[in-house]
Amino acid sequence: MAAVRMLRTWSRNAGKLICVRYFQTCGNVHVLKPNYVCFFGYPSFKYSHPHHFLKTTAALRGQVVQFKLSDIGEGIREVTVKEWYVKEGDTVSQFDSICEVQSDKASVTITSRYDGVIKKLYYNLDDIAYVGKPLVDIETEALKDSEEDVVETPAVSHDEHTHQEIKGRKTLATPAVRRLAMENNIKLSEVVGSGKDGRILKEDILNYLEKQTGAILPPSPKVEIMPPPPKPKDMTVPILVSKPPVFTGKDKTEPIKGFQKAMVKTMSAALKIPHFGYCDEIDLTELVKLREELKPIAFARGIKLSFMPFFLKAASLGLLQFPILNASVDENCQNITYKASHNIGIAMDTEQGLIVPNVKNVQICSIFDIATELNRLQKLGSVGQLGTTDLTGGTFTLSNIGSAIPRFNQKGEVYKAQIMNVSWSADHRVIDGATMSRFSNLWKSYLENPAFMLLDLK
Amino acid sequence: MLIPFSMKNCFQLLCNCQIPAAGFKKTVKNGLILQSVSNDVYQNLAVEDWIHDHMNLEGKPVLFFWRNSPSVVIGRHQNPWQECNLNLMREEGIKLARRRSGGGTVYHDMGNINLTFFTTKKKYDRMENLKLIVRALNAVQPQLDVQATKRFDLLLDGQFKISGTASKIGRTTAYHHCTLLCSTDGTFLSSLLKSPYQGIRSNATASIPSLVKNLLEKDPTLTCEVLMNAVATEYAAYHQIDNHIHLINPKDETLFPGINSKAKELQTWEWIYGKTPKFSINTSFHVLYEQSHLEIKVFIDIKNGRIEICNIEAPDHWLPLEIRDKLNSSLIGSKFCPTETTMLTNILLRTCPQDHKLNSKWNILCEKIKGIM
Repeated sequence: MAAVRMLRTWSRNAGKLICVRYFQTCGNVHVLKPNYVCFFGYPSFKYSHPHHFLKTTAALRGQVVQFKLSDIGEGIREVTVKEWYVKEGDTVSQFDSICEVQSDKASVTITSRYDGVIKKLYYNLDDIAYVGKPLVDIETEALKDSEEDVVETPAVSHDEHTHQEIKGRKTLATPAVRRLAMENNIKLSEVVGSGKDGRILKEDILNYLEKQTGAILPPSPKVEIMPPPPKPKDMTVPILVSKPPVFTGKDKTEPIKGFQKAMVKTMSAALKIPHFGYCDEIDLTELVKLREELKPIAFARGIKLSFMPFFLKAASLGLLQFPILNASVDENCQNITYKASHNIGIAMDTEQGLIVPNVKNVQICSIFDIATELNRLQKLGSVGQLGTTDLTGGTFTLSNIGSAIPRFNQKGEVYKAQIMNVSWSADHRVIDGATMSRFSNLWKSYLENPAFMLLDLK
Repeated sequence: MLIPFSMKNCFQLLCNCQIPAAGFKKTVKNGLILQSVSNDVYQNLAVEDWIHDHMNLEGKPVLFFWRNSPSVVIGRHQNPWQECNLNLMREEGIKLARRRSGGGTVYHDMGNINLTFFTTKKKYDRMENLKLIVRALNAVQPQLDVQATKRFDLLLDGQFKISGTASKIGRTTAYHHCTLLCSTDGTFLSSLLKSPYQGIRSNATASIPSLVKNLLEKDPTLTCEVLMNAVATEYAAYHQIDNHIHLINPKDETLFPGINSKAKELQTWEWIYGKTPKFSINTSFHVLYEQSHLEIKVFIDIKNGRIEICNIEAPDHWLPLEIRDKLNSSLIGSKFCPTETTMLTNILLRTCPQDHKLNSKWNILCEKIKGIM
């Protein structure tokens, strides 16, 4: 690592003490403009940092260091670069992962020894990298203050956290370490720094957290051996005001890909069709009783009986009365096709998202047939193995949500009713509200009084 | 000896042991032998991650025994499409996992023992670990001819592979894990680890197939229990620690804070499939449609598990150009996954003219394409 030494000189200027930093590299002394002034004996002084400070910090750039691939062990001399975790321009902290290399069945994570900005990657993927040769170039940070943090956040809110004067000096910590402390609501003044000049390292924050939570976190070997630096006698306690956490998230724009792109296409096409919605409530109390009776019989036949078969059969019976609901129009609205098959789809929520497989020809299926088919579709759906035939050819779709809520019965007593909310949406070019509501009422009557279904069952 | 043990005390003793300052030298030998009560490959891999990331192994090496329900485990930089029969795995409900160590693909079931040796980076020595296993085996069965090879395999009778190795090296810690074939289903293993996918060009680490044999076939007394105890005894003797195997539950957050999120990460699509190094597929398939043969050529580039370049070529007279172009452009950016492709192609179909013939051609084409995923 290149020798970077910092000299601090003191000068009196107009009655105030000003600290000016010099920067020495390899024997040359560059005198740079002071980027901050620190006032001693004013512990509660709040300093405001407008954005323009960024320009001056650029002048304080650190050295570019060649980070060589260190010894991996077992006499390994060369490895293959398999994945880069950083790219040129990224900021890294000490111990951040830089890349993954592989050698003879061993996968090795190479971590950074320095804080800084990646300037150059020496290898491409699948290249052979050599131990002892440069891997990346890192521009190390000079031990700057935290002014450069002020990019996204309003100047004032950063002050309390950053200008903490312990031991009569600023707390030294890199932006990454400060961020870590802030995220965990840790006051830097309470953390003992184990780095050079009492600098607070990432491990110091982790150790502090460990003591707080009692979690089993690794004490770094370094910290174990080194005793904490002694506190000075004249420590000034800063007045810290707790402030709301600052959100530094950024918006992320990315192109819509694949599946989502296709969805956008169909949805936009669908939007051109005027839709209307119709909602209703169904009291499932009777159906619940019926299902309880039939469940064991179905189970004996090896099938799980849910409410869905009843919903589907009732819908199919309804469609027989109102065939227009099982029809489709062509693009120009010239022709209407009344579909003979009732292929009713049920929405399923899977890991991949919402899919709608359908049961074919519900009009000729018994409730047990439908239940068998649903079992098959659910099993395939859960392992992502639904085939194209199952997912296409649907003519009508159902999806539902249910809940149990208190209701009043005829006698005025409160009982627990199973109420299901249902909503239908239809193409308004062909279907009018009256037809929709008549269908819905018929469907509702079948479900609220299952015996009615028997009358019209085909 | 298996002793269910409250691990809290034991772990805290090891992890929070702070060496006092001023030149205290550790002369007391320390170490730990663990065995997982779980057979879930993701949870067990998460234990490895946790120990690797959080335990201070200075002077305290750890040996970890684990077994998994049927799973295929690929190495960190491998290509699952190249290494195993994903279609068969989906049908049979076999899990696929990607581990963090390098090396090749293995099939795990309850007849296979996994051993992980955790040490500091300085103490990382695979050959030493393998020699320990050989000593353990010979202690149980002196006639057994087992040798470690230069590639860190263990060979039985000079020709049958009974153990394969892989390792992970981090900043301060490392682990070496290996398998030990006791009574694995060999036929199933062969069929699962044979990829049916043609035309894959990739720089991913390729596995080297080997002839394998179960130790139980060689000697019926060598059960999984016997083998684990033998290795534990040898490890305890070598490191001068108590011969106690401590049972651990990988779901215990109080013992392993943060482990469940590690297990979750190992199960994400982004980790398992998305970490596949860039590869391309150049293949063709024949379709029989109404008594005529058609050839459909496929050129697909996949990066991070997603389709980057897609060129499916079908004869113009069979499938209209716009339909084919629509398919190619829509697949770009999509996961190289049959479920996602099914959803995508179904949605696209709805935007195509509703022609029965076209629908059936589309379905045939899409089924073929999904078959290579």
